[in-house]
Amino acid sequence: MSRAARLLVAALRDPASVAGLGADDWTALLTAARAERLIGTLAVRFDPRAVPPAVARILADAAEGAAQERRAALWEAEMARRALVGLGVPVVLLKGTAFVAAGLDAGRGWAIGDLDILVPRDALPAVERALIVAGWEWVKADAYDDAYYRRWMHELPPLIHRTRDRMIDVHHTILPPTARPTPDAAALIADALPLGAAAGGGLSMLSPADMVVHAAAHLFADGDMAGGLRNLWDIDRLLREFGDADAFWETLAARAALHDLASPVRRAVRLSADLYGTAVPPGWSGRPSGDALYRRRLLARDGWGRQRYPFTRLGFYVRSHWLRMPPAMLARHLWTKARRGKQ
Amino acid sequence: MRQAHALRVGAVGFRIGSAWRAPVAAVRTLYEGYPTPADDIPDLTVRLYPERPWRRWLRPSVAIGGDYWLPDAAPLPLAQGLLAAEMGMNLQVALGWRRHLLLHCSAVERDGRVLLMSGASGSGKSTLATLLALSGWRFLGDEFAFVALSDGAIHPFPRAASLKNEAVAAVRAAGGVVGPVLEETPKGTIGYWRPPADAIARMAEPAPPRLLLFPRFGEAARVEAMAPSEAFVRLTQASTNYVALGEAGFSALSRLVQSVPALSIGYPDSGAGLALVERLWGEA
Repeated sequence: MSRAARLLVAALRDPASVAGLGADDWTALLTAARAERLIGTLAVRFDPRAVPPAVARILADAAEGAAQERRAALWEAEMARRALVGLGVPVVLLKGTAFVAAGLDAGRGWAIGDLDILVPRDALPAVERALIVAGWEWVKADAYDDAYYRRWMHELPPLIHRTRDRMIDVHHTILPPTARPTPDAAALIADALPLGAAAGGGLSMLSPADMVVHAAAHLFADGDMAGGLRNLWDIDRLLREFGDADAFWETLAARAALHDLASPVRRAVRLSADLYGTAVPPGWSGRPSGDALYRRRLLARDGWGRQRYPFTRLGFYVRSHWLRMPPAMLARHLWTKARRGKQ
Repeated sequence: MRQAHALRVGAVGFRIGSAWRAPVAAVRTLYEGYPTPADDIPDLTVRLYPERPWRRWLRPSVAIGGDYWLPDAAPLPLAQGLLAAEMGMNLQVALGWRRHLLLHCSAVERDGRVLLMSGASGSGKSTLATLLALSGWRFLGDEFAFVALSDGAIHPFPRAASLKNEAVAAVRAAGGVVGPVLEETPKGTIGYWRPPADAIARMAEPAPPRLLLFPRFGEAARVEAMAPSEAFVRLTQASTNYVALGEAGFSALSRLVQSVPALSIGYPDSGAGLALVERLWGEA
C-alpha cells in the first residue's frame, strides 16, 4: 500500500495522527489528498493551529474552495429546480449536491463538479426539453456517443449550461441498464425525501438507506474505482450519521437486496469499517480475502499524486466494462471506440 | 519521482518532479539562489512524465501534469523540458492558486508603486517589463500579477521572464543576458531572462498598484483612456481564477479598477514603448 494513501486514510480517520509528521510526509499527504479530492475534507477536520503554517495556508485555501463550490452547487441545483418546477415531476438530487443541500456531514469539504439529478425515465424527454429552453446545451457532438448514451446509459448525454459553464447529468436510474444488477429506480424515487426550504422546495434526496446503496453502487458496480477513497469516505460519513436510527441496518439490508446490490453494499460497509473505522453491527464487519484487492486499488495513490499498481488498475478497468455490458456488446463498443481513435 | 527540485517564487512554493534529469537540472540552474518553499512544504506539484512507459527512452516526450492538469495539453520533446517545467508551473498556478486574484499581467515597481501591463501573447508586456527592469524598475513578474484579496497590493511572482522571438534580441540589445534559448517550440523561439538579484531578494515585498496599461506592440503610438468598467471586463478575461474566487475575486477586481487609472496604448517599437510608459508614469 502506498505510504501517502495510508497517511491520508489515517489523517481522515484520526486528525491527531498527523502530530509530528515531517515536511516530506506532509507534502505526500496533501498531494494524495488533492488527487483523491479529499483535501477539502481534510481542511474542515484539522485545527489550523495544530499544523505547520504552510499546511494551514494550503488547507485554508482548500476550505475556501470547498465553500465556494458549495455555493455554486446549491445555486446550480436552484437553477435546475426553476427550470423543472413547472413539469410537476419529482427531481431527486444525487451525490455531493444532495449531501450539501441536506446539510449532511458527507457534504463537508466536497469538491462538487457536476450536478447529478434523478428523474423518472418517462419524464426524460420533457426534462431535457425544459433544460434546453433554460440554457443547457449538449456537450457530445459525436453521433455514436449520443446514441450510445440514449440507448444504453442510465443518464442523458451530459448537458452544459451556456453561460454558467456547469454540467448537469440527468439520470433515470443509478446504474446502466446493461449492467448485471438492476436497481429499482421507481422505488428510489417513490421513497425519496423532500429537501427543506434551503433548496427552494420541489427537490428531494434519496432515503438514507438508498443513499448508501447508491454510493456503494457508484463505488463498486460502476467505473474502475478511480476516486474510490472519496466515495468510501462518503459511505463512512453516511453510516455514522444514519447508523443509529431505528432499524437503519435492517432497512439497508432490505434496500440493498431490493436494488440487486447486496454484495457491493456489504463490501462497502466492510471496507469503510476497515479503513475508516466506521462502527457497524455484528454481521456487517469482517475481512474476507477478496477484499484485499479492493484495498490495494483504493490505496494506490502515491505522494506525487500518481496511481500505482498498473496491473491492479487495469484489472479494475476491465472489470468495470465487464460489469457494465454483456461481452458481445463490449466487443462492439470497444471496436467502435478504437476505430474512431484512428480517424 | 526520480528527479525533483523545490523552490519558492513569491508566495508560491513549487515542487517539480521529472522522469528525466535534464528538465530538473535546467530548472535548478535557471532558478539558482531562489529560496525553498516555506516550511519545506510546497503549495503546488508539477510532474513531467512520459505519456507511455517506453517514451521515457524512445523519442522521449514530456507530458505535463501535477496537482491540476488540462486534458488536451500536448507533450513536448525532451529538448524543450525546461519549457515543459515552466508551463507546468504556470498551469498549476493558473488552475490551483486562490490566495490572490491572478491577472495575466506583467508587473514592475518604482517608488513603492506598481505598474501593471495586461495583454495577450505578442502585446509586448513581457518585453516591456524586462526592459523596464533593466532601466531601474523592480521586476515583479512577466506572467501573473498576484492581487491581494485583503488590500489590493500586488505581490511579486518573479519567475524568469519568457521572451519570444524578436524580444530576445531586443532585450540583448538593451544589455540583458538571455539564456537558455529554446528554438522551434510550439510558441516559436523562447529565451529565458533571469530576474536581477534585487527582484529575487525582495520577492516577498508587495506594493500597491498605481497604473494599469493595456499595451499593443506594433501599432502607431497612441494613448486612450479606458473606463473602469471596460478594464474590469477585460481583466475578468485575463484572470485564471476570477470565477473560482467568487465574491472575493469580484471585490478585489472592483477595487483595482476603481483605484488606478487604466490606459490602452499602442507603440511601434520597444524604444518608443519605453519612452511612452515613462511619460505616462510621470503623469499618473
